[in-house]
Amino acid sequence: MVSAVFHSPLEASAALRAAKACAATRATGAAVVTATQAATPPAPYKEPLIDWRAIGRTVLPAVAGIGLLIGIWALATSSGGGSFPTPWATFEAAVKLFSDPFYSKGPNDQGIGWNILYSLERVGLGFGLAAIVGIPLGFLIGRFATLNSMVSPLISLLKPVSPLAWLPIGLLVFKAANPAAIWTIFICSIWPMVINTAVGVQRVPEDYLNVARVLKLSEWKIATRILLPSVMPYMLTGVRLSVGTAWLVIVAAEMLTGGVGIGFWVWDEWNNLNVAHIIIAIFVIGIVGLLLEWALMAVAKRFDYS
Amino acid sequence: MGAAAMKPKINGRSMLQINDVGMVFPTKRGPFVALRDISLNVERGQFVTLIGHSGCGKSTLLNLVSGLTTPTSGVLLLDDRELKGPGPDRGVVFQNHSLLPWLSCHGNVLLAVERVFGEKESKARLHERTLAALELVGMSHAVAKRPHEISGGMKQRVGIARALAMEPKMLLMDEPFGALDALTRARLQDELLKIVAGTNATVLMVTHDVDEAVLLSDRIVMMTNGPAATIGEALRVDLPRPRDRVALAEDRDYVQYRKEVIDFLYMRHSHVERAA
Repeated sequence: MVSAVFHSPLEASAALRAAKACAATRATGAAVVTATQAATPPAPYKEPLIDWRAIGRTVLPAVAGIGLLIGIWALATSSGGGSFPTPWATFEAAVKLFSDPFYSKGPNDQGIGWNILYSLERVGLGFGLAAIVGIPLGFLIGRFATLNSMVSPLISLLKPVSPLAWLPIGLLVFKAANPAAIWTIFICSIWPMVINTAVGVQRVPEDYLNVARVLKLSEWKIATRILLPSVMPYMLTGVRLSVGTAWLVIVAAEMLTGGVGIGFWVWDEWNNLNVAHIIIAIFVIGIVGLLLEWALMAVAKRFDYS
Repeated sequence: MGAAAMKPKINGRSMLQINDVGMVFPTKRGPFVALRDISLNVERGQFVTLIGHSGCGKSTLLNLVSGLTTPTSGVLLLDDRELKGPGPDRGVVFQNHSLLPWLSCHGNVLLAVERVFGEKESKARLHERTLAALELVGMSHAVAKRPHEISGGMKQRVGIARALAMEPKMLLMDEPFGALDALTRARLQDELLKIVAGTNATVLMVTHDVDEAVLLSDRIVMMTNGPAATIGEALRVDLPRPRDRVALAEDRDYVQYRKEVIDFLYMRHSHVERAA
């Protein structure tokens, strides 16, 4: 209806090009040749199948770093006789360990797979509860200044407390090891989510809120279309920090509470003086932590609008 | 488009009446008088620009009309009704476009369309309205694009589409082209001229660009310097429409209007930088 009055710039420029081409045809043959040449698009740039240079820049140094570490380790243990196993001995132990990750011989002797899964379950529960409580709490703190000034001194006070200081409270309240470990995870991983969500809510750009006010959007629309998407990146940073903390805390907590879990397994292998297994556990804990971090980074990337 | 403009004119020709409005902000060092004794009438279908040096309160005045702030004294009437807070009967175009980055161009315009027509009309009709608004500003090619994928000028077009799609009684523009480069600005001004001619919209626009003011306006409202800024002079621009910037550049009337505004801004009310 309005397009008759108002052409899009694209249409206009296309028309202009067509007109130019016509003019060229009417001119000499040479001009026609140049016009058609100009019309054929340049050959598209072909992306190489494997970018060897990029691999050279990023993967090679990483491999070299790991190689260096293993080399130093091998050198240090080459004399033999010490209690520290060589890389090769550790690798053999790992192969044996991972060939049957899900065996179960009573409560104190289970496969490494079970140990990892039990630890992940505790982390999932503690962290999940922390998210359920922490994210809405962060929203409220961010939205209401009074609540903010009421709660922020408490958070500042409790945040730096070591995870293990919370464990006795958990044992006292729940009178069982497993809930106490989950409680410890909960209380340690809640702070990054509360703080980051609150900061995110406070930093919703005034412009976006002005749009909401000018359009007089309903509270529901403001929450779903403006607040939530705007806070999302901050919230996910909080979640990532929380999961990292939770995975750090679980090992320490399980060492103290016992049961099945990677932390307790480390302690158990120490009692057995099986140092190779302890080294394997360290690698496993590192790799699982890295995978958790990667997964959450991938989620966060999805919600990055900048 | 332009249904609002086609409504029968019931009560006079005024779309916006600003009566004796003043604005005082409380600060730590006592009250700060930003605006005083502002009275202004904007007629239906008129294009009015507010011009003045930075800090003269022209944006404050626009915020009073948009309802984002409430005046400490005086009354504002829109279509003979007292203004109380913001509302979708005024389409606001912000200086920094203020598009929501997580919504596509379509989504941004649809948000406004849904707000105004969502309860009365079908989904298909809302979609149609959104597309029509984007077509009006020449953005049909970028319907599904997110704001960060398009240029600054295109973002501002979408911002204008969002405001127009609501079929507001008035279009309020706060230095809409201030952040754009000169060539893009000129093109958007030309297109705004066409859109306004096509929709017969009533516009109140803040600017600090003299050429922009003369090219676009039916009336230029010149403001004195703050604090306690007020309207210094109002200049009626009687240049025939449609206006063509190339032809106008040598037009004697155009040059005269331009001179009058420059005279006001730089001779009689030149901005004095006070030492802080």
